[in-house]
Amino acid sequence: MDLLQIAIIITKIIVLTFLVVLPLVPVCVYFERRFSAVIQDRVGPNRVGIPLTLLGFKKDFHFFGLIQPIADGLKLFLKEDFTPAHVRKVFYWMAPVLTVVPALITVCVVPFGSPISLFGHCEKLVIADLDIGPLFVFSVASLSIYGITLAGWSSNSKFPFIGGVRSTAQMISYEIALGLSIIPVLMYFGELNLSNIVQQQADHGWLLLPLWGHDADHTLTSKLLFWFPAAIAFLIFTISIFAETNRMPFDLPECETELVGGYHTEYSSMKFAMFFMGEYAAMVIGSAMIITLFLGGWSIGFGLDAYVAKLHIGDFYFGGFIHMGCFLTKLIGFILFFILVRWTVPRFRYDQLMKLGWVVFFEAALINVFLAALIVAAPELKTAIIGIGAVLLVVLTAAVIWVAKVSEETPKVLRA
Amino acid sequence: MAVVKLQRPKLNFGEKIYFGALIKGFFLTMTHAVKSLLGKSAGAESLASSGLGVTMQFPEQRWDDHLPEYYRGAPALVTDEQGRERCVSCQLCEFICPPKAIKITPMEIPSDDPWAKVEKRPLEFDIDMTRCIYCGMCEEVCPEQAIYLRKDYLFAGFSRAEMVHDKKRLYEIGGVRVGLVNKWNELK
Amino acid sequence: MPSYLFWLFSTVMLIGGAAVIAFRNPVASALSVVTCFVGLAGLFIGLSAFFVGVIQILVYTGAVMVLFLFIIMLLDLKDEEKRAKSLAPVAAGLGLVVAFFVQLIGILSRSPNLTAPALDNPVLAAAAAGFPQNSKIAISLNQGKLPDVHLIGHTLFTQYNLPLQILGVLLLVATIGVVVLSKRQAD
Repeated sequence: MDLLQIAIIITKIIVLTFLVVLPLVPVCVYFERRFSAVIQDRVGPNRVGIPLTLLGFKKDFHFFGLIQPIADGLKLFLKEDFTPAHVRKVFYWMAPVLTVVPALITVCVVPFGSPISLFGHCEKLVIADLDIGPLFVFSVASLSIYGITLAGWSSNSKFPFIGGVRSTAQMISYEIALGLSIIPVLMYFGELNLSNIVQQQADHGWLLLPLWGHDADHTLTSKLLFWFPAAIAFLIFTISIFAETNRMPFDLPECETELVGGYHTEYSSMKFAMFFMGEYAAMVIGSAMIITLFLGGWSIGFGLDAYVAKLHIGDFYFGGFIHMGCFLTKLIGFILFFILVRWTVPRFRYDQLMKLGWVVFFEAALINVFLAALIVAAPELKTAIIGIGAVLLVVLTAAVIWVAKVSEETPKVLRA
Repeated sequence: MAVVKLQRPKLNFGEKIYFGALIKGFFLTMTHAVKSLLGKSAGAESLASSGLGVTMQFPEQRWDDHLPEYYRGAPALVTDEQGRERCVSCQLCEFICPPKAIKITPMEIPSDDPWAKVEKRPLEFDIDMTRCIYCGMCEEVCPEQAIYLRKDYLFAGFSRAEMVHDKKRLYEIGGVRVGLVNKWNELK
Repeated sequence: MPSYLFWLFSTVMLIGGAAVIAFRNPVASALSVVTCFVGLAGLFIGLSAFFVGVIQILVYTGAVMVLFLFIIMLLDLKDEEKRAKSLAPVAAGLGLVVAFFVQLIGILSRSPNLTAPALDNPVLAAAAAGFPQNSKIAISLNQGKLPDVHLIGHTLFTQYNLPLQILGVLLLVATIGVVVLSKRQAD
């Protein structure tokens, strides 16, 4: 590994993590406040800007209050960092870091754009082009549970503890649905490498919009047939991401009406900001995963990607930056969707949440795996075998629904 | 109180699956978002909105023209048409004031004064606006109809001392009140 | 894997392992186990076994240890922190360690001193011959990449298909057993 390569990797880490994803967090907060306000017929923060009147100009410059996030961040920096006397100090200090760091590490497998090439040197817009992309994201994201659990426990008071316990149980439960729901997608692509998955979607149509790039291996019929398991997977995955990132309607760990602030009740200043940052970074990464797997990642779609990739000035192929812009646009669109959901869907009860995860999504994802396998393998199977498979699938589904119904009935004899 | 036992409604399949309600909800929130971006939210007109939601954006736009008749702003002292201070410093308002915001130092009117017959007037009349709760008791209790709650509401200062209105300031806000005012009718 | 990474991750592992028994606080011990697992995953990834390394984190660190931590927190084990060190368990532990060490040395001294083959292009291309042409595994092997996920899947579903199915049934039985036990009503 020569010096140039190391320099490129470090540049990628700094630019993609600290100049693209981290700034997205305050942008998220800004959109959260502004879009929430608009939904509720309010205005939201639109004032913070450059106070030109102080310098003798006629008008202040406030560009829709876009500088608000900086002011928010500054406020959190300057607040008193208070450590209550009753906490378990070491763990109390460790917890916020343990939530932020995993969220930021997961950035490294997200493909931000198509490769950029300069002087014949081609560089992918991914920090680490691992062959185990989604698995890496899940495994590292699962580490952020420790932060929340430790925060709840080390705060040594009841509301944070309940919040931490709730969050742990919720995140572990939904990890299963999360992992199972994308198996059909991985089966379809035959890949775990996220850049290859996106490239395939750019060439042959997004998973949820397979309308272009048909050829012998990717016929329109096969793609449209796979649309159904893909849509089910998308639904389960998206809702599980909501639960995984503790967003509304599943934000029971920090449910204000019951738990004050949940696991970060005892935190203040920058330590609180780190929880906040970790949460929003997880939301950004979650949206990035949904977009990458189901909505074509950086791809513009409709067969335009090949043209964009060929755009160049001299030896500099800059199509990757256009793709990156497309990716970020999709990302912000999805974040707006997250916010829209927050103000639309009321909070679930905890038992409803658990039931949704274990009884509905877990089973639905399993059946979906079966369905997807049948559809993917269909061209190579005899008609009779497909028929048997379909019958088995229907029987299995009916059995699962029956079991779910039976388990729902209230037990006749109550425990003493 | 009688105990009413409620039967939980039986949900049909469509209601159980929750998606219909979800989509209805999305339409509702999105309608609100679009309408408030266009400045057409319900009530935007009557609330004089700034064009975004129903909110009036304060320093540029003000509610002043829309203040209702019964609006209770800052308490202030008034003079009559001859320029006489109406207040005779009976100190009733000072005693009735629930948060004890009013402080009056009475003085005797010297005999060479044209209004010597009134006998008393306030030497100092301070209303601490950090304490005032705009209840209007002072206005109601005043036998001389000298103190009124005006429509001024914008008071800010950098120190507590700035927030205390002295006699001069109070007369500035109050101005002149002409004629005999019946304080129970609409005119204030 | 560069040797300094090997030393780094082994040190992390060893420190984590030692800290498990050194700490008095059960939560700290559990977190040390987590550190140990992370180091182990690092070693796996260094050996190009990405899948095993990531599953190590996903399953053991992300799920099993979280549940351990969960239980420890719920039990709130205060007694553990001030337990007296008695000689018998320490001696037994030392005995076990020595026995294990002797066994390890015995095995290592008898096994031939093989060096692992380097994963360079000719070796991978030669391995590709064992798989059907145009299969994903053969293609990426020919490109000089090690498709470890595909290889594990291939091995599991061809060589070890029956054991895999049996294991699956076993896990299903365990799951159903848990459901039955937790749903059983007192008469």
